[in-house]
Amino acid sequence: MSAPTKLPRWAELGLLPLLNLAAALVLSGLIVRIMGENPWTACKLLVTGALGSQEAIGYTLYYATNFIFTGLAVAVAYQAGLFNIGAEGQAYIGGLGTGLVCLWLGHWPFWAVLPLAVLAGAGAGAGWAFIPAWLQARRGSHIVITTIMFNFIAAALMTYLLVNVLIKPGQQSPETREFAAGATMPAVHELLAKVGIEFAATPFNLSFGLALVAAGLVWLFLWRTRWGYALRVAGENPTAAVYAGISPSRVTIGAMLLSGVLAGGLGLNELMGAQHRLLLDFPSGAGFVGIAVALMGRNHPVGIFGAAVLFGALAQGGSQLSFDLPKLNRDMVVVIQGLVILFCGALENVFRTPLAALWRRKEPGER
Amino acid sequence: MTALELRGIDKRFRAVHANKAVSLTVARGSVHGLIGENGAGKSTLMNVIYGFHRADAGEIRVQGKPVTIDSPQAAIAAGIGMVHQHFMLVENFTVLENIVLGAEGGRRLASGLAKARDELTRLAREYGLEVPLDAVVSELPVGLQQRVEILKALHRGADILILDEPTAVLAPQEADQLFRLLAHLRAQGKAVILVTHKLREIMAVTDRVTVMRHGAVVAEVATRETTPRELAEKMVGRAVLLQVEKGPARVGETLLNVDHLEVRDLHGVPRVKDVSFALRAGEIVGIAGVAGNGQSELLEALAGTLQPSRGEIRLEGRDLVREQLDPRARRRLGLAHVPEDRLHMGVIRSFSAQDNAILGYHDRPAYNRGLLVDRTAVRSDCEQKMRDYDVRPPNPKLSISAFSGGNQQKLVLAREIDADPRVLLVGQPTRGVDIGAIEFIHRRLVALRDAGKALLLVSVELDEILGLADRILVMNGGEIVGELARAEATEERLGLMMAGIKAEAAS
Repeated sequence: MSAPTKLPRWAELGLLPLLNLAAALVLSGLIVRIMGENPWTACKLLVTGALGSQEAIGYTLYYATNFIFTGLAVAVAYQAGLFNIGAEGQAYIGGLGTGLVCLWLGHWPFWAVLPLAVLAGAGAGAGWAFIPAWLQARRGSHIVITTIMFNFIAAALMTYLLVNVLIKPGQQSPETREFAAGATMPAVHELLAKVGIEFAATPFNLSFGLALVAAGLVWLFLWRTRWGYALRVAGENPTAAVYAGISPSRVTIGAMLLSGVLAGGLGLNELMGAQHRLLLDFPSGAGFVGIAVALMGRNHPVGIFGAAVLFGALAQGGSQLSFDLPKLNRDMVVVIQGLVILFCGALENVFRTPLAALWRRKEPGER
Repeated sequence: MTALELRGIDKRFRAVHANKAVSLTVARGSVHGLIGENGAGKSTLMNVIYGFHRADAGEIRVQGKPVTIDSPQAAIAAGIGMVHQHFMLVENFTVLENIVLGAEGGRRLASGLAKARDELTRLAREYGLEVPLDAVVSELPVGLQQRVEILKALHRGADILILDEPTAVLAPQEADQLFRLLAHLRAQGKAVILVTHKLREIMAVTDRVTVMRHGAVVAEVATRETTPRELAEKMVGRAVLLQVEKGPARVGETLLNVDHLEVRDLHGVPRVKDVSFALRAGEIVGIAGVAGNGQSELLEALAGTLQPSRGEIRLEGRDLVREQLDPRARRRLGLAHVPEDRLHMGVIRSFSAQDNAILGYHDRPAYNRGLLVDRTAVRSDCEQKMRDYDVRPPNPKLSISAFSGGNQQKLVLAREIDADPRVLLVGQPTRGVDIGAIEFIHRRLVALRDAGKALLLVSVELDEILGLADRILVMNGGEIVGELARAEATEERLGLMMAGIKAEAAS
């Protein structure tokens, strides 16, 4: 019998992530110190920058929306035992689908454009995920390798399209013309204004609600349907899946398609909600942050929501930080993000083991 | 003279009190049996002696002197050797290299090897442990691999030898050879501790026997003065039936027909060769064989988790191979499967009991309401199964890994039997299962037979085959080397056939 490392649920889901986060922040503080700034000031700036005002909260949730979509994308694949590194590329191509619909049909009313934009984003994202999925299921090509490569292919393809095909004539910058009004996702401050509540103008928009709906549906699918059950069986134990008559290769393809659909949601927020045009590199790393979000959120929609808001806050607070303290540039924020990922993911057991030991010592008395 | 003495060994893992003030005395020149159900604390105790765990309290004395054993190295230094159930050998090294591994005796290998060779030749003569020193380990039969492990322990100066379930991988004849070897070691003054759950072995080879239950020693007796029944009762804590009660089989029509079946592994090596047999309603057919002789592959091919390369499997007339039916389709036709390797195939360890109770049947209408899983139905169905099959604790929400092996197996059995199959494939139904549950599982299987179902039983436990089967097929090297009616089968005869001697010659 090996030493068990089981913790009570609340410690597992609450205390442990908090400890990891605290450790990451302490270490970040040390680095800030070395850079010659006061860590306490930096920390205050980070928090107020992310949550201190309506504007800050709006931006934080706008970033979080992207991370919810990509976090869910990574998590669904992970539950099926697949490490999808390609959410970035799937979000990029998914956004192409959404963007094209918006360009062509933007003059239609919003309620008609939205479902088509959602479908186009989902379809394009799923299509981009399908090729690595098929290669894994039928040819055994490792999904980690193929999805990474498909990120590069997606980037190259989008550069070509934006520079040579979709670019608005008569300008230098590789981006399309602006979408017509029907393709604009209503911003939250606009919606609130209609019911008489005043809120600072931010890109925080309706797709946040769509992301929450997606999270709810993912939960329902994974834990309340027979297909979700089959997906989790295949992810946990492929041998048992075969025994149960579940085809692991079909699960691989199905899970990756769903993963691509979710990644494709990013375009709704980023393109329809914020940029209102197709442009180069609009996912800007959200696909990779999604990996960290899924990891920290334990691949569960509730955890992913929390982690996405945290990373949204880091993104927003971080940009405020680099604005106010010039010695800490944007890369510093990436360092903090990296430390959070390091502590929450790779070094998870640093605190788990002593914590478990603490519980073991407590336990015999309360038998 | 005492070789090993344990005084008041106490060990806890969180809430589990694995060893409760265990005391044990093993004399020099004796074979001491240690028996108990799974989870009785035998392995923990042996791991304490061998330095994998440290006891919370208690004392270990070797040859009368107190010692501190905090690592396997310290155990070896104290003269304690251990032969694990799963051998710790480097498969592509020679016997000699394996034996000196970790005790090379200097920086240069050649001189160490030469010295070891002389020493080993002497040891082999002294104990009658002939092993080809230059053979590559992977090419040796398991019986010989085990000898290598024993020789390795002796080479390191072990006076106290612990054998953990040593016969699990051996054919009966190989086990007998092992017992002769143990007798030899005893005559040379070594102390041997034999950890096992097989009463037959305890009776055959030990001088004294210690029985453990729930982490404590419940009896220590001289083997001569006890009986298997008495030991079994002490292990379980109540009276048990060692023999399965069953009437004659009422055999009906043929349900499953296997014709010239061949299964190859990933490397294209045939594991099942030209196997043909029929399985009829109302009978249990046992497949006997030393582990690794194609029984597992045969079972998997029938269940649909492995693709045969040739041959036919017909279930009531339908050809499962040609129609390429997957396990799910086979289940619908009434072919259920209790897999050999429960933990890797039969259950999902991170899932709850109720989620495991629908594995393979999760798309049945009874468990679904529209698009969603009917959680209430799944739970009440699992509760029902737990009541019917006495699964403890009867809590469907508990993770399956929190159940003992016996209770897990009862749940798997409940899942497969409740689906009301016509044919049930059963692999190692009582592996890692305690005696109390074994009795229950055996009675269920016989009841299923009496209800007119056809059962195919694969087991490496001869006692189980002899106790349950109406007809016995013996496999060796992927072939069926003979068929015996239960009445003609004896352990001796089966053993010879399992070793590859054909039926005619064996009789």
